Amino acid sequence: MSDGATVSTGTTVSMGTTVSTRLRVDGEPVELSVDARVTLLDALRDLLGVTGPKKGCDHGQCGACTVRVEGRTALSCLTLLAAAEGADVETVHALAADPRGARLREAFVAHDAFQCGFCTPGQLMSAFAALDRPDLEDPAAIREFMSGNLCRCGAYPNIVAAIRQARGGHGA
Amino acid sequence: MREFAFARAATVDDAVAAPDGAMFLAGGTTLVDLMKLGVLRPRVVMDINALPLREITLDEAGLTVGAGARMSDLATHPDAVRAFPLVVQALLAGASQQIRNMASIGGNLMQRTRCGYYRDPGSACNRRDPGGGCAALDGANRTHAVLGTSPSCVATHPGDLAVALTALDATVRIAGRGGERDLPLAAFYRVPGGTPHIENALGPGELITAVHVPFADGHSAYVKVRDRASYEFALASAAVLLRVREGVIAAARVAVGGVATVPWRLPAVEAALTGLPATPGGFDGAAARAAEGARALAHNGYKIPLLRNTVLRAVEEALAR
Ligand SMILES: Cc1cc2nc3c(=O)[nH]c(=O)nc-3n(C[C@H](O)[C@H](O)[C@H](O)COP(=O)(O)OP(=O)(O)OC[C@H]3O[C@@H](n4cnc5c(N)ncnc54)[C@H](O)[C@@H]3O)c2cc1C
Ligand code: FES
Ligand code: FES
Repeated sequence: MSDGATVSTGTTVSMGTTVSTRLRVDGEPVELSVDARVTLLDALRDLLGVTGPKKGCDHGQCGACTVRVEGRTALSCLTLLAAAEGADVETVHALAADPRGARLREAFVAHDAFQCGFCTPGQLMSAFAALDRPDLEDPAAIREFMSGNLCRCGAYPNIVAAIRQARGGHGA
Repeated sequence: MREFAFARAATVDDAVAAPDGAMFLAGGTTLVDLMKLGVLRPRVVMDINALPLREITLDEAGLTVGAGARMSDLATHPDAVRAFPLVVQALLAGASQQIRNMASIGGNLMQRTRCGYYRDPGSACNRRDPGGGCAALDGANRTHAVLGTSPSCVATHPGDLAVALTALDATVRIAGRGGERDLPLAAFYRVPGGTPHIENALGPGELITAVHVPFADGHSAYVKVRDRASYEFALASAAVLLRVREGVIAAARVAVGGVATVPWRLPAVEAALTGLPATPGGFDGAAARAAEGARALAHNGYKIPLLRNTVLRAVEEALAR
């Protein structure tokens, strides 16, 4: 199918195999005109050089690619770039600028919450979301909340301890 | 991934006028995954995320959930949490917090089986490729269905929400080129029979716009058994709602997942539970009826006792609430 084909309806919807998408990445406005098959993850890593989000499974099964879209955690490997039109996308790089993000990072270091570090950017994005939640007092609830982030190095107990510390007081 | 044209629908009318062979894109957690695998190969992908379908409203009749609402929106909605704990429990038992943020209620009802042969275009699969055969019949079928199967297909419906909604007699609202219609969820899904590629009642261009869940009071529980404690699909699950009057079960609704080709209601179990004292113990006979008509394959015979025990546990957990 060629670019710019149209579906005729009441309001004409333009469509094409190349799509233009405008979004914000870590606060910076970005516009990309690329093949509609490109995922947000590949756009971040390969087109924009934002390599914090990692490609583990590319199928929604590991969490390494976790970012925030409109303030909510999402998997960038299952998000088409074109579907992120107008979205505010934040990666692990944005956490450094946030005092709570910086505290979380320190807690990960203090608790040795990683070994190879490949899963860590995704873990940090989910852990950051866990800071706000009043229902994550006990370790079991934190483990359940973090279950969408796999760690092949098995740093799970240390990740939970780091999150408890960053949430305030516990787990030190 | 096969090349496709991408379109953004601004209105429901735009969406239902999509050309034949188009597929709607909501959260993408099923569609993008299966396009990458080459299982779904739409020529047109129509993004429906700008449609005004995200509202969740409560009225005298029950809860109406826009098809574009996300799993996490519904799981945290105060009306759902208060009046529909079975729905919330089933939602929170599914996927991961990231996926629940992305996944829409409409897309959830439309998710595809996790059968490994369906997901592998190199394997025989009647569901993906009508007439191609079924590699699961004589293959690795530990996770496959024991209810609702046919010689053409033994794949399970993998969802959790749909099981709770089936127990609750939910209906789906469907928009098409000729207007809107309502359909009970029980009539939405199709058992495979000889046509496993026809999974549901949607016609060309039809869009789910909302799900309606009628009020139903009682004690409820959703129990899900899986290979790991979280972020995993069900091997067996059960949604139970029991109304108790004067110490006796006056009405029962039971649906199961992970064991059947579609979300599966168990009227024989419901009838057997009705009239029993609502006190712990004594439900084994009723739960045993869950597996009536079940047929095991080479590797999934364990699902027959697992199904009975999952129903039993859900009944006991419901009464304990
Ligand atoms: C790793 C992983 C684990 C998971 N675990 C679970 C689990 O434990 N339990 C569970 O229940 N689910 C689980 N899921 C499945 C997940 O819940 C579904 O993928 C999700 O709900 C689909 O919603 P979506 O909005 O992302 O759909 P999309 O991927 O956008 O669409 C899915 C399908 O529905 C169609 N569609 C979307 N919206 C509509 C509409 N309004 N009307 C008509 N058709 C529509 C699309 O065309 C497509 O065919 C898991 C998924 C993954 C990737
Ligand atoms: S790379 Fe996205 S979930 Fe694994
Ligand atoms: S630190 Fe190696 S995968 Fe988690």
